[in-house]
Amino acid sequence: MSTPTRTPTGAPEHLTGPGSGGVGDDAQRPDGVLKVRGEFAYGSDLWMEDMLWGVTLRSPHPYARIRSVDTSAALATPGVSAVLTADDVPGEKVYGLELADQPVLALDVVRYQGEPVALVAADHPETARLAASRIHVDYDVLEPVTDARTALGHPTWNQVHDSTAEVTELSRESAHLHPEGNLVRHLKVRTGDPAPTADVVVVGEYEVGMQDQAFLGPESGLAVPAEDGGVELHVATQWLHVDQKQICSALALPPEQVRLTLAGVGGAFGGREDLSMHVHACLLALRTGRPVKMSYNREESFFGHVHRHPATMRYEHGATRDGELVYVKAAIYFDGGAYASSTPAVVGNGGTMGIGPYVVPNVHVDCYGAYTNNPPCGAMRGFGSVQTAFAYESQMDALAAELGMDPVELRCRNAMEEGSATPTGQVIDSPAPVAELLRRLEAMPLPAASGDGEVDLRDMPGGVSNTTHGEGVRRGVGYAVAYKNVAFSEGYDDHSTARVRLEVVGGEPTATVHTAAAEVGQGLVTVEQQIARTELGVERVVVHPKDTSVGSAGSTSASRQTYVTGGAVKAACEKVREQVLARAERLVGRTVPDLRLAGGSVVSDSEDITVPLADLLGDDVLEATLEWRHRPTEAIDPETGQGFAHVQYAFSAHRAVVDVDTELGLVKVVEMACTQDVGKAINPQAVVGQIQGGTAQGLGLAVMEEILIKDGKVRNPSFTDYLIPTILDMPPMRIEVLEYADPHAPYGLRGVGEAPNISSGPAVLAAIRAATGLPLTRVPVRPEHITGT
Amino acid sequence: MRLTCTVNGTEQHVDDVWEGESLLYVLRERMGLPGSKNACEQGECGSCTVYLDGLPVCACLVAAGQAEGRQVGTVEGLADPESLHPVQQAFLDAGAVQCGFCTPGLLVATHDLITRQGRPSDAETREALAGNLCRCTGYEKILDAVRLAADRMAEPTAGGDR
Repeated sequence: MSTPTRTPTGAPEHLTGPGSGGVGDDAQRPDGVLKVRGEFAYGSDLWMEDMLWGVTLRSPHPYARIRSVDTSAALATPGVSAVLTADDVPGEKVYGLELADQPVLALDVVRYQGEPVALVAADHPETARLAASRIHVDYDVLEPVTDARTALGHPTWNQVHDSTAEVTELSRESAHLHPEGNLVRHLKVRTGDPAPTADVVVVGEYEVGMQDQAFLGPESGLAVPAEDGGVELHVATQWLHVDQKQICSALALPPEQVRLTLAGVGGAFGGREDLSMHVHACLLALRTGRPVKMSYNREESFFGHVHRHPATMRYEHGATRDGELVYVKAAIYFDGGAYASSTPAVVGNGGTMGIGPYVVPNVHVDCYGAYTNNPPCGAMRGFGSVQTAFAYESQMDALAAELGMDPVELRCRNAMEEGSATPTGQVIDSPAPVAELLRRLEAMPLPAASGDGEVDLRDMPGGVSNTTHGEGVRRGVGYAVAYKNVAFSEGYDDHSTARVRLEVVGGEPTATVHTAAAEVGQGLVTVEQQIARTELGVERVVVHPKDTSVGSAGSTSASRQTYVTGGAVKAACEKVREQVLARAERLVGRTVPDLRLAGGSVVSDSEDITVPLADLLGDDVLEATLEWRHRPTEAIDPETGQGFAHVQYAFSAHRAVVDVDTELGLVKVVEMACTQDVGKAINPQAVVGQIQGGTAQGLGLAVMEEILIKDGKVRNPSFTDYLIPTILDMPPMRIEVLEYADPHAPYGLRGVGEAPNISSGPAVLAAIRAATGLPLTRVPVRPEHITGT
Repeated sequence: MRLTCTVNGTEQHVDDVWEGESLLYVLRERMGLPGSKNACEQGECGSCTVYLDGLPVCACLVAAGQAEGRQVGTVEGLADPESLHPVQQAFLDAGAVQCGFCTPGLLVATHDLITRQGRPSDAETREALAGNLCRCTGYEKILDAVRLAADRMAEPTAGGDR
């Protein structure tokens, strides 16, 4: 069941590797042996003689003024080396990925529960925590703003038939959490007729709860003061150079004095794109002159990183009687929480791709990101596309029901394809097999009905809790399809840097690949090796530790690293190869047109030449470093949203089969099936791993994962109360990987990681609706939504 | 306090242990054995699973003093330094390792499962590993790894040290 099938349909033939660990092979990860032996050094595993432990004191209030902070009792605690507040931040006191609006340590106001206020370094973590509890902060507690539309002064919706009149003037009466007001970004998409009409209209309002990345390795790292007055930071992160830039600003140090090395990363999923303990550990290390380790526990982790934006959305779809989409109107609200983080870009995705992979002539979308006093929200896998997919796919099902059409048929009828225009006026210039993904799902066999023969409790909703033997259990099947931009968009200068060295080590030709691209578990280090093997024809490839001594690789996010850093490594290898081949031609004394690198030698098939690299290079080292860019995107028009915003799209579709105990509201997902076009699977095993993992996170959001917030306070910051899928919750999966090459991308590849995270949840929601007949407009679906109690 | 226990077959003495420290903290921070992982430190995720007198436990929920005089087995002790245990090899071969933070706990839990049950059914595996959270893989390749390890360990020639 779990064995995936692949459909090679357009990837270059010559890349079908011979099984030697090149492009297209299931090469094993270079860090795998260390990981299974427990020897891989994650951020929280770092240790130095004489190191101190740093801890953070955080605000218990979502919104308050700080009247005073008294650190004297903390400083007097035996074992404590330093207690720091905002006064001790030497440089810029605020930071941020897109807007510098978030204090390193609270200034005069705290804007969310968990905002860092003070730091302590001590010789034992418990001593540091005890001392932190002795810091006295005098708060003047304020009334928090906890709803995005309230923050913007927009009317709230109460029911489906409320007016959707556009609010053009933001209320100036609502509390301003930031000097510029509470609007982070408003994106408009306008195309076609502004006042379209249609035979059939469906309107729906949808809500998506706040999801947590829930990576297992907590925020952690070790800061070591350096002799030059700078600092070395070993940290688990997604983007070393954007960290470095923000740390330099806060510490008032130049980049050459703030050197970062990637520590082992225990998952990321977007939650490590923003700073967490980075500056804090550096401040403590520089103050004490000793190495400082910081490692959050799980509760602090829930407060220590941004989450997925909760969203409220109102959609109106108009179609002809035979199921052709005429128009879509949508209002999308993202609650950005207290600080901007990557909210502007999330709004960018939510707005530009907010109607799904469909061709619609008339589109009117307003997408807002707002400041509130809820926890800050930013990057999480799927980034602004996960939320809207629940809404637009629910709308497609509602429309199909209204039309009496099959939901897959309706989707295929309106599906984007190569050559289609998006609502932002971008013509899709590479394969977009939306309809094929759905048809392939439809053609897959369905799992056997439950309850045939003897009941195995483990197959029932509720499992061995023995809540049903099949009574009240109904099966449902649901489909969803989604798309997502790959890499950074809207004119961002999105590049990566690679340094590739070729030399002979111990008689064996050896390539070394050096990039700053963060390996977070996805397997980029494997991909880097595979590309170097294929391009340089050598077996032995060393991946240099990731650090800031080479140029930026950009972020490990937006499904972009295989594309962008992969592209950089490929290009750097090509430069090195040119040098090698030129040297070989000098050796043979003439131009040989078909010289290539293979098996550790320079070879020519036409002239029977084989020159081992060991002989050709001797003691010489050939090296190339270069920056590589994908083709540029452009900013979108602020009034219409039109423009070439995204360099590439990834497409995936899911079919979910569920059994629902309609009496207790318990859901058992019986099977997930996924089809995805990946352009070219550089490492098929890793591709399937991404699809399986992304599917799980989408399923989690559909049925169990939510950070519960009341009055701005998080009620479930633990794995006891914030549930992620276990092995019991995840069903078997059927996966088909399609490879339609994108002619603009290296090897034809398409970013993989996020798309399956987007289409899986809406398919589960559709299946639960099919099983229960309920409208279900909110995720995660809770038992009471099903039982109505 | 002073703690004496046997870890992976070697007797360990540790001084100045604070009574509030967990076995996990002592293993990681005082014995130089950080293989057992600190993902939740509240007994929910299974990343710190170790053997205590032959039974798998969450090391984060064991007070260090409770290990006094007892046998502790961690991921670092599954195989000798020159080799991999079939369970470790199967996790690699099946692609069950991504970020790897859940892996040490899953390896110990899987080792225990196969030692007890030989070739568990998928349903048995799911029940046995339900206390080990993984955020990367969706568990499919973990199931593949368990099947692969169980098959290899059942073959007399490919046995390895059960």
